[in-house]
Amino acid sequence: MSSENLIDVKDLKMYFPIRTGFMKTTMLKAVDGVTFSIKPGETLGLVGESGCGKTTVGRTLLRLYKPTGGEIYYDGNLITDKNMLEYRPKMQMVFQDPYSSLDPRMTVEEIIGEPLDVHHLYSNKKERREKILGLMELVGLNAEHATRYVHEFSGGQRQRIGIARALAVDPKFIVCDEAVSALDVSIQAQVINMFEELQEKLGVAYLFIAHDLLVVRHISDRIAVMYLGRVVETADADELSDSPIHPYTQSLLSAVPIPDPKIAKSSKRIILEGDVPSPLKMPSGCAFRTRCRFATEKCAQECPPLTDRGNGHMVACWNK
Amino acid sequence: MANTNGKKPPLLEVRNLHTSFKTDKGEVRAVNGVSYVLEEGHSLGIVGESGSGKSVSAYSIMQILDSNGHITEGQILFKGEDITHYSAKQMQEFRGKNCAMIFQDPMTSLNPVYTVGNQITEAIRIHSDKSKEQARADAVKMLEMVGINDAERRMKQYPHELSGGMRQRVMIAMALVMEPSILIADEPTTALDVTIQAQILELMLDLQKKLNMAIIIVTHDLGVIAQMSDQIVVMYGGRICERGTAEDIFYHPAHEYTKGLLRSIPSTNNMKKKLVPIAGTPINLLNMPKGCAFCSRCDAAMKICLTQVPDELRIDDTHLASCWMNVKNGTYRKEEA
Amino acid sequence: MEAVKKNPLSMQIDPALFEPATEDEKKQQEVMSESVTFFRDGMRKLMKNPLAVGSLIVLGLIILTIVFAPMVVPYSYSGIAKVNGRRDRTNKNLSAFEYSKVEQEYIDEGGKVFPHILGTDSLGRDYFIRVVYGARVSLTVGLFASILVLIIGVIYGSIAGYTGGRTDLIMMRIVDIIYSLPDMLIIILLSVVIKSSLGEDANQNVLLKTFGANMVSIFIVFGLLYWVGMARLVRGQILTIKNNEYILAARAIGAKPAHIIRKHIIPNCISVIIITTALQIPSAIFTESFLSFVGMGVEAPMPSLGSLANSAREGLQSYPGQLIYPAVLIVLIVLAFNLLGDGLRDAFDPKLRR
Repeated sequence: MSSENLIDVKDLKMYFPIRTGFMKTTMLKAVDGVTFSIKPGETLGLVGESGCGKTTVGRTLLRLYKPTGGEIYYDGNLITDKNMLEYRPKMQMVFQDPYSSLDPRMTVEEIIGEPLDVHHLYSNKKERREKILGLMELVGLNAEHATRYVHEFSGGQRQRIGIARALAVDPKFIVCDEAVSALDVSIQAQVINMFEELQEKLGVAYLFIAHDLLVVRHISDRIAVMYLGRVVETADADELSDSPIHPYTQSLLSAVPIPDPKIAKSSKRIILEGDVPSPLKMPSGCAFRTRCRFATEKCAQECPPLTDRGNGHMVACWNK
Repeated sequence: MANTNGKKPPLLEVRNLHTSFKTDKGEVRAVNGVSYVLEEGHSLGIVGESGSGKSVSAYSIMQILDSNGHITEGQILFKGEDITHYSAKQMQEFRGKNCAMIFQDPMTSLNPVYTVGNQITEAIRIHSDKSKEQARADAVKMLEMVGINDAERRMKQYPHELSGGMRQRVMIAMALVMEPSILIADEPTTALDVTIQAQILELMLDLQKKLNMAIIIVTHDLGVIAQMSDQIVVMYGGRICERGTAEDIFYHPAHEYTKGLLRSIPSTNNMKKKLVPIAGTPINLLNMPKGCAFCSRCDAAMKICLTQVPDELRIDDTHLASCWMNVKNGTYRKEEA
Repeated sequence: MEAVKKNPLSMQIDPALFEPATEDEKKQQEVMSESVTFFRDGMRKLMKNPLAVGSLIVLGLIILTIVFAPMVVPYSYSGIAKVNGRRDRTNKNLSAFEYSKVEQEYIDEGGKVFPHILGTDSLGRDYFIRVVYGARVSLTVGLFASILVLIIGVIYGSIAGYTGGRTDLIMMRIVDIIYSLPDMLIIILLSVVIKSSLGEDANQNVLLKTFGANMVSIFIVFGLLYWVGMARLVRGQILTIKNNEYILAARAIGAKPAHIIRKHIIPNCISVIIITTALQIPSAIFTESFLSFVGMGVEAPMPSLGSLANSAREGLQSYPGQLIYPAVLIVLIVLAFNLLGDGLRDAFDPKLRR
């Protein structure tokens, strides 16, 4: 196991049993064999549309769900149920909804202080207070906000509180689960910049889960594209955006509306037919074949593995 | 109220619209003096963030505001006639026949206990004298027009059986049954996946050409606006910051808010550079500043901005902006008397 | 695009106004409202509600009266009123502020007789003080029964809600079964059983002596049956809270379940619990009154509002007041608690916010 990677995920599987009939239960394969790795201080963007399993990947990575299969390595060490607790301070998460991810009954100080309390990261009250104020300053909150309640803040400020909470334990890896999607456009830039600054200052690695491709491209070093529980393509952010290989990635990128009238009106869009199949009824073989214009017999029989096309550009496709 | 120079009045003209809501915390002035024009067959994009008043101005046109909201000032002229004084019956005619609306979340806009076919047929029969069979046939045609294959089968399905993209198509079908001259779309694709969004936007452009329909699209997504609109109105804090063609707004922004917005979004031209965010937090409509709504967040704010609401100045033939910066830099066109 | 309104900009705007604004000037435009805790914000809302405030006042007055009245009024609830130490045979069924013959004579002679504010009953006991004691009993029973329901219901509901899975399933089915039992029948059966089985020991047992077997059985039944509503509510609330992302965030931090329950779940449940308890009290009082009315409640001479109403039935035609006074008081207390509970819900229920 190469420990030059901070995070190694191998063939991660997460299945949920869903009741589909009177006595029938079907397995919802939310994550069906996902492999990727993240180097220290790097940002891996994880994109895909609804139902692709990207949020589930993030939560399973932190063992908030118990994985059905696969392995997770931190710095070369295998993480299991037993040793997860000691790794928790190293791997944290920032959530999407700034309204439900903070306890409305707690003040800012209590929220940011909770991780410090749980892991006993201070020796006296004064130290605790100083740590909390330091974190607040790091994310751009005023000290006087410490005694206020969550409902008095705007969405962007709440996200900052969430980020401060995640940073309290000094993690080296943070999963950002749609962390800017619920914010106003003018506020998104503030929070995106903060993520980047924190990465420069503290050397944190990110798994940046989002559906806004422009934002992901901006912040990520590498991007992984998911479709129906599997990774279909992984590459450097620029290379993926400029020369996507997988047909799904190509249509995904062409569908993104660019905020530039000349480009927007002239670009040729690859419009995918139909809708995303239900994860309960996954197509056999390659999950994308039902909407793919290059689909062949082989695609229905066998699911293509991720293969390296050069330069770390991984693609899972028989035809491209 | 015909135009003095004999030209046909524009399809829709909003003049100095003011809309307020009475809340227990005070009066919220959601729309504060908004004017724009929509010509036949054109597409207008209204872009702004939460609290900008963009949706409220659209709801004011259709007069479907919440019970505590009302138009306090201004006119809305449809083909020259002021519809703010329409009776309830006249308004009902206007909605659907002349102007239709589609909303963000098709799941809550479609009635879950009626089939899709039922709802479209009902929409047809409200506005015309067609018989049930005729209306049903029209409904099927409508579904096919919005790109739903297997329309006959879909007619019998309930909203929850359809995917998000399908539901949005059904909504569009329902809106277009009477072939209105205006379609207002309030964040029509925000709740949809990117690939589905592309389908729906393509559909809307297609239908616009076919039916020579004018579209007002209200959204916060600058990418969608760039793709869909010929003309753009930028709103902040209930007021218009600037209005012009898409090229005017994106390539020659004349308001500090627009400039700030364009600098802060990731786009193809700033992928390598750091984003330049707009400082501060979104506006609190209960606590509006005396001057320009944007002044407290504006890097270039001047003393005049804090105390005087900027006048709307002409930048170009097609371009108007309400920003004191244009006076300072002299980038506006002085009006002849 | 059409014409814009003419503006006299070719004019005289002071150039100094085009100087950049300072940070302070800009900051003045933004004001953060006063910080209020959830509690204080709720209290503010509650105080704005006239019905709730009215109920609080009424309840306050009632409680003050029943606490202080016995110190002022010289009569006791069980003793027949005497005049100057002597038995008064003429003081039965007096109406409000009426004096009996003997008392009148005494006053004429210059003696002082404390007026019978609500008259007397058929045995010559001062009615006002009996009503006061009746209210005491009713309120006490209501309060303690509600606390019992609160404790059992909250514990049961939280275990079911937090554990989930099969445990939750079984616990809730038990709740369903208990819900379907006929409570009145069980109360009656239970009181009969208690009386007969403890017959000889009845006098030894202090609890039984003070309250009577009926009362004890009421308490037992409340403890056995009436907590289910609270349990369901608490469980539901916990399920809702569990779905919030801040619980997930707490788990991601590494907090143990006990910590999560203590710091996150229970504080968010409290408002619901308080509201439900406030609405539980009138229900308990009403049940007790009803039982006393049908003779299953407290035993003589201890009065309760319900038993007073019961005794007053025979003389309804001639002395309606004896039924009306306790009945009105029951209505006032129950109504006040209900309105207060509603007001609390409107003010504190997190679902109704935003």
